[in-house]
Amino acid sequence: MKRYGYSLLPLLVLLLTAGAPALAGAPKPDIPEAIKGEQCVEDTGFMRRNHMELLEHQRDDTVRRGIRSKKHSLKNCFTCHVVKGDDGKAVTASDPRHFCRECHDYAAVNVDCWQCHVSTPEPRGDKL
Amino acid sequence: MSDEKAMSDNQIDSYKRRFLGQSAAIAGAATLGGGLVLTSVAGARPAEQAASSANRWGLLIDTSKCASDCDECVKACETEHGWGRGSTDEQHSRPEQKAQWVRKVTVRDRATGHETSLPMMCQHCAHPPCVDVCPTGASMKRDDGIVLVDKHRCIGCRYCMMACPYKARSFIHEALHEQKTESPRGKGTVESCNLCVNRVDRGEQPACAEACPEKAILFGDLEDAGSDIAKRLASEPSTEIRGDLRLDLGVRYQHI
Repeated sequence: MKRYGYSLLPLLVLLLTAGAPALAGAPKPDIPEAIKGEQCVEDTGFMRRNHMELLEHQRDDTVRRGIRSKKHSLKNCFTCHVVKGDDGKAVTASDPRHFCRECHDYAAVNVDCWQCHVSTPEPRGDKL
Repeated sequence: MSDEKAMSDNQIDSYKRRFLGQSAAIAGAATLGGGLVLTSVAGARPAEQAASSANRWGLLIDTSKCASDCDECVKACETEHGWGRGSTDEQHSRPEQKAQWVRKVTVRDRATGHETSLPMMCQHCAHPPCVDVCPTGASMKRDDGIVLVDKHRCIGCRYCMMACPYKARSFIHEALHEQKTESPRGKGTVESCNLCVNRVDRGEQPACAEACPEKAILFGDLEDAGSDIAKRLASEPSTEIRGDLRLDLGVRYQHI
């Protein structure tokens, strides 16, 4: 028992000293401010935990039943959650600074929304 | 199980709506009196309200007004939904592989040589073969008769493309980048004319009907006897393409 205690002691010291800075400054995602700076459609904590449920529910309601309420729509997300790039234009999801990417990259959660959906607000009405 | 429940809920909702609609119509008729009955115009329903089987959206296309050298309807569709000339994507696909939601078709009478030009798109069948064959429920018909692909469920198997007698569906072979906000499209899924479901839900008509310079495409509610389209269908001859298949099409043609 004593033998084990001596051999573990340096390891314990190493863990404590290495762990201290990590505890002080664990990296956190740098969540961009919404451009309107108002309250989100739901409470912030609720949105962080449940936004995927809201979006999934809304997508089925919209595509399959034609319910197009704005509140929980993906389009509505991008009326506020826009990150401007160096050129002043909204960055797309291919840019790591994009609102969704900031946390999704941090949590290593890959979403395939952007294979079909645009990830920026889009002005409508362009002609051929 | 939950699907079954959702479906029964929807059904109950539709019963409720029909009942409320009838009561409203009775109330409207009562207040107006004198044999006047309120008829709903093709106005926008509230965004929170689901599409209802009280409507069936359709098109009536008068081919006698359709010029062979005009493709304004196709152009309008491309712009609205961001395919073909409406996009710079699909650089590697061969022309026959590229998305085609609507195409101009010329039919020629072999006996007389008379040629008719017409736009051909999804015919929005009441009994769509594409929905019958879809293994995932992605190919679907909305309650208001619009046939479309729920790309969230589409696995890209292309059975629906095989089943469609009108060659109305396309498969996307490459990654896209310039989609429209209201018309999400992506690699590995099948797509087709959705009767501009985004516009119809706002109470507007499809882009092709709006763009036609000859007003050859009439959009409206086939279920509403007072609508322009229903009146014309009742009073003028029209035909379904491949009517022998008895699919009860939402798109009908004149003068072919």
